[in-house]
Amino acid sequence: MAAATLDSSQKGKQKQVSQSYWSLVWWKFRKNRIAVIGGFILLVMYVLICIFAEFIAPYDLEHKTNYPEARPQTIRFLDSEGNFSIRPFVYGLEKKIDDKLRKRVFVENPQVKYPIHFFVKGDPYKLLGFIPGDIHLFGVQSDNPEAYIFIMGTDSNGRDFFSRIIFGGRLSMLIGLLGQFLTIIFGSILGAISGYYGGAVDMFVQRFTEFLSAFPDIPLFMALAAAIPKFWSPIAVYFMLTIILAFVRWGGLARQVRGLILSLREREYVLAARSAGASDSRIMFRHLLPGTMSHVIVIATLSIPGMILSETALSWLGLGLRPPLTSWGVLLQEAGTVYAIRFTPWQLWTVVFILITIMAYNMLGDGLRDAMDPYSAR
Amino acid sequence: MEDGNKFIEVRDLHVEFDVRAGIIKAVDGMWLEINRGQTVGVIGESGCGKSVTARAIMNMVPKPGKISGGEILYHRKNKDTGEVTTIDITKLDPDGEVIRQIRGGEIGMIFQEPMSSLTPVYTAGTHIYEAVSLHRLVPVKKVGDQMVETIMTYRKVTKQEAREIAIDMLRRVGIPKPDQRVDSYPHQLSGGQRQRVMIAIALSCEPEMLIADEPTTALDVSIEAQILDVMRELQHSVNMAIMFITHNLGVIAEMAEEIVVMYMGKQVERAKVVDLFYDPKHPYTQALLRSIPKIGKRGERLATIEGMVPDPFHLPTGCVFHPRCPMFMPGKCDRIVPTNKEVASNHWASCLLYEEV
Repeated sequence: MAAATLDSSQKGKQKQVSQSYWSLVWWKFRKNRIAVIGGFILLVMYVLICIFAEFIAPYDLEHKTNYPEARPQTIRFLDSEGNFSIRPFVYGLEKKIDDKLRKRVFVENPQVKYPIHFFVKGDPYKLLGFIPGDIHLFGVQSDNPEAYIFIMGTDSNGRDFFSRIIFGGRLSMLIGLLGQFLTIIFGSILGAISGYYGGAVDMFVQRFTEFLSAFPDIPLFMALAAAIPKFWSPIAVYFMLTIILAFVRWGGLARQVRGLILSLREREYVLAARSAGASDSRIMFRHLLPGTMSHVIVIATLSIPGMILSETALSWLGLGLRPPLTSWGVLLQEAGTVYAIRFTPWQLWTVVFILITIMAYNMLGDGLRDAMDPYSAR
Repeated sequence: MEDGNKFIEVRDLHVEFDVRAGIIKAVDGMWLEINRGQTVGVIGESGCGKSVTARAIMNMVPKPGKISGGEILYHRKNKDTGEVTTIDITKLDPDGEVIRQIRGGEIGMIFQEPMSSLTPVYTAGTHIYEAVSLHRLVPVKKVGDQMVETIMTYRKVTKQEAREIAIDMLRRVGIPKPDQRVDSYPHQLSGGQRQRVMIAIALSCEPEMLIADEPTTALDVSIEAQILDVMRELQHSVNMAIMFITHNLGVIAEMAEEIVVMYMGKQVERAKVVDLFYDPKHPYTQALLRSIPKIGKRGERLATIEGMVPDPFHLPTGCVFHPRCPMFMPGKCDRIVPTNKEVASNHWASCLLYEEV
């Protein structure tokens, strides 16, 4: 019995002694509140938007209603007669003709109240493509089939804008992640080869990255995007666009990795690994690349926002994703007319989501940059 | 010397570095023989080509340098049959399969800088697993269908076995609590422990020779003594040859059976350790031994070797040591290149003092 307790107390001690690099990084990262908040926001957004979009969004992406260009409904606790209800509700919408605008508008009708419920039945969906369900996080329950809740209004086809932002975020946020992942793979492999072998290989890779970075971005995107055939399925277009973004952006990362490898390859441990019979590829990918990983992760995190913005910009220009695919860029393109800004300004809610994502990435990236060097004084 | 016992023969090795200012002959006609189980010490000042010779044996001459002449014969013994085949290491592809088997598997190497010789992202154990998984094979007994006798085949060690080997190796090199230290990262180990880990890595594949390139230079004296003890002990248990490179005469006197003295890329003297220390033949060796400080002799200036190491681009004619040599014979030493002569039994020196010219 006594022996057992001694054993377990010793085990606790061992754990303290053997702190790995990543545990030190985590320890330091946790102390940076802003970075933790940024990371948390991102985690929540990715989980909710990328995995549970169908559940979070009250309506299906293509659910058309008879309320085009309806302004956002206010969520109320007090009705027009001053009655308080603990369950929030929205007023129903009523069609009217605005004489001044010479246009059909929808106004709230205080006579009709739709209480908001959590976990209501709605449009059926398949979560992750295979889990069937029809429960949505929130919605209105009413016998009237025309009862809807549009917390961020609707677009010109009468589709719920909040649902569209959630679904659009899935593509936009994933393109950042996937594109950056491809960039890391291209960039670190080519950077490692370039730095390790040097000479002609280095020359070729470096001139190629210079060529790519010297080339004006927008025309290059235009040329590459124009090369995507029109008849491709939306998913194929999406992946092609991801690859294009990664292809244009790997150069910077490759340069950084090359620089790091150039300094690391002179270390004694490379010589030691060689003298132990390790092959070139083993030295490059097992001994040198891991040493650059902390740096690469920081650069990657800080450049994901650029990736997301590129997608947005390209789609806004009409070069990236096209309807029926919905991304934040596509939504912004629809909002990018004087008409839309004048009559449906709620379509700019997309910008808020983009801002939050990008701010969160920057906060996380800054925190990671500080945390990845756990031996620094700060 | 019995021929079958030879392990490595370096014959007239030349290594050149083609740098912008010209060609540096880092190794210029080096001869070296190492027998199985023997410890050979190589001494000389910094830049005399000791380390380059060692690297050449591994076919790992650093970048602008290349082996420009001579041969390195490696008498490879098949572990099963005991059959010896001779390979010229200089002819091998430096990134090829054969040399990679030799490196680490048959000839291990440890370096001067224990502080930076371990990859910082891997634990001590991972380094040993890597070496072991690259080289060590476990015999599997298999009975052939047609044949009665068993055929030996080999498989790679499993992860669990590799871990056990790693812990065992760390124990053998004298690291306390090896079962915990196996999971330690390099920054958690002291300099002495890192060098022990390096030795453990080098020895984990049971090489037949260990090249120790100034293994204790960066360590303090007490750790140095421990490391030397570990090396000697392990050498006795596995009958391994050691090529011990140093510029510390005290260490070499303790470790080596035979000593090779190098100067400007050449072997100037080779003798058994006792002969070399009590009866040095070459003026350079004599000067080197005079320059060791002696305890108890006070008030005397420490003897140094006159002059400077010559400019590698403008090597002196004749004997390269002649501008600094106290026994300089004008008209002879600056004209004629000395050859390696056996001046006493098993005692070789290349000096014109012992040549009839």
